Amino acid sequence: MGLATRIIPCLDVDEGRVVKGVKFVDIRDAGDPVAVAKRYDQQMADEITFLDITASSSARDTMIDVVREVAAEVFIPLTVGGGIREIDDIHRLLLAGADKVSINTAAIDRPDLVSEASQYFGAQCIVVAIDAKRCGNHWEVFTHGGRKTTGIDAREWSVEMARRGAGEILLTSMDRDGTKDGFDLELTRTISDAVSIPVIASGGVGTLEHLAQGVLTGGADAVLAASIFHFGEYTIREAKTHMSQRGIEVNL
Amino acid sequence: MHRIVVVDLGTGNLHSVAKAFEKVAPSAHVEVTSDLLRLEKADRVVLPGQGAIGSWFKALDERQLRNPVLSVLSSKPVLGICVGMQALFNRSEEDGGCEGFGLFDGEVRRFCRSVDRKPQLKVPHMGWNNVRQSSNHPIWRGISQDARFYFVHSYYALATQSSSVAATSDYGGKFVSAIARANIFAVQFHPEKSHEQGLKLLENFVCWDGDS
Repeated sequence: MGLATRIIPCLDVDEGRVVKGVKFVDIRDAGDPVAVAKRYDQQMADEITFLDITASSSARDTMIDVVREVAAEVFIPLTVGGGIREIDDIHRLLLAGADKVSINTAAIDRPDLVSEASQYFGAQCIVVAIDAKRCGNHWEVFTHGGRKTTGIDAREWSVEMARRGAGEILLTSMDRDGTKDGFDLELTRTISDAVSIPVIASGGVGTLEHLAQGVLTGGADAVLAASIFHFGEYTIREAKTHMSQRGIEVNL
Repeated sequence: MHRIVVVDLGTGNLHSVAKAFEKVAPSAHVEVTSDLLRLEKADRVVLPGQGAIGSWFKALDERQLRNPVLSVLSSKPVLGICVGMQALFNRSEEDGGCEGFGLFDGEVRRFCRSVDRKPQLKVPHMGWNNVRQSSNHPIWRGISQDARFYFVHSYYALATQSSSVAATSDYGGKFVSAIARANIFAVQFHPEKSHEQGLKLLENFVCWDGDS
């Protein structure tokens, strides 16, 4: 009894289509965001995160349509990230049916955006995404998929974002992302201990035990993964069963 | 045909509430509006809410809806959600203290980020938590005891009248997750984001005649 640790599948969406090859065995159109979201909903995902990786801003309206379609069919929380620059971008996504938006680069360019958005829409729908990379004995915030450093300390940045009204932090280890070696547990623990808002661990999940460790050792409040779910290696339900066996409270 | 009005106070994701009603009651007429005439014509009213309670009441007053909503609260089946539930109590600690409608005895307080609590209590309380039903209200029909619903809030209600408590949940301590009296049913969680059990609750609300 009590609050369950959330398991969140993340989908990359490019011009309205899910990319990075989602391979559900019995799904007719694996690129259709609505079909994929519905499948995760059936598997008891606790939330779904869409990351809009569309390069051209003119194609961003497509994401609005995607959110609108998904929100009419899937009744669990939806987070949308990618390319959010202004209050108006957030407003449009929320109106289309997103429950939260995830802000990354724009928060670094203009931290006031986070304060303003939180004041305007409420902390509950403002997620700040932090891409962190180890530099010596601390972690620095990176942008552009880990290619560009900002020189900002990730721990300090997360405290600053919480202070400005972020409702939670989506923390990705750029060292681990795509490696399948597991979360950077030290990073996760450092950030989770530093802030009193929920932290979502991301980057590096290759096994179900990695998810459990993110919570048990890393102190994450939620875990996010993409490829282990997309390629049909594991279902969300299997992940929850494993975590439950490891003594973690889940929504099964 | 049912006419359901979701009161539009300009905050939060109201459309997901409307979409969820459209899903469970395809024949119903669902409107997101702050229009007084439509509110009067509705046979069921939803009071949603996200964000801060102070701006919630401010938005209510700006639209001159305080009295019409009070009148609805004494006459039609009403479903309060999140801040829409908190607003029904005497007062809230949020925004430096804010008076509520005072229809339910109790206070709304902030979850405590206590330093001695290990592990630390994260605020907002965000995610799926158990809801322990404490009454046989028609709105709970077909929903199992302790079913999980999706919560996201930093303030919680403490009711002083236990007869109005329809459910409790636990986050660093017990708090009120649903209240009910006569034609009012209100929940702290978000049924519109709570998967099948949430849709079931909304369906029950559509079928409910306002008698507990």
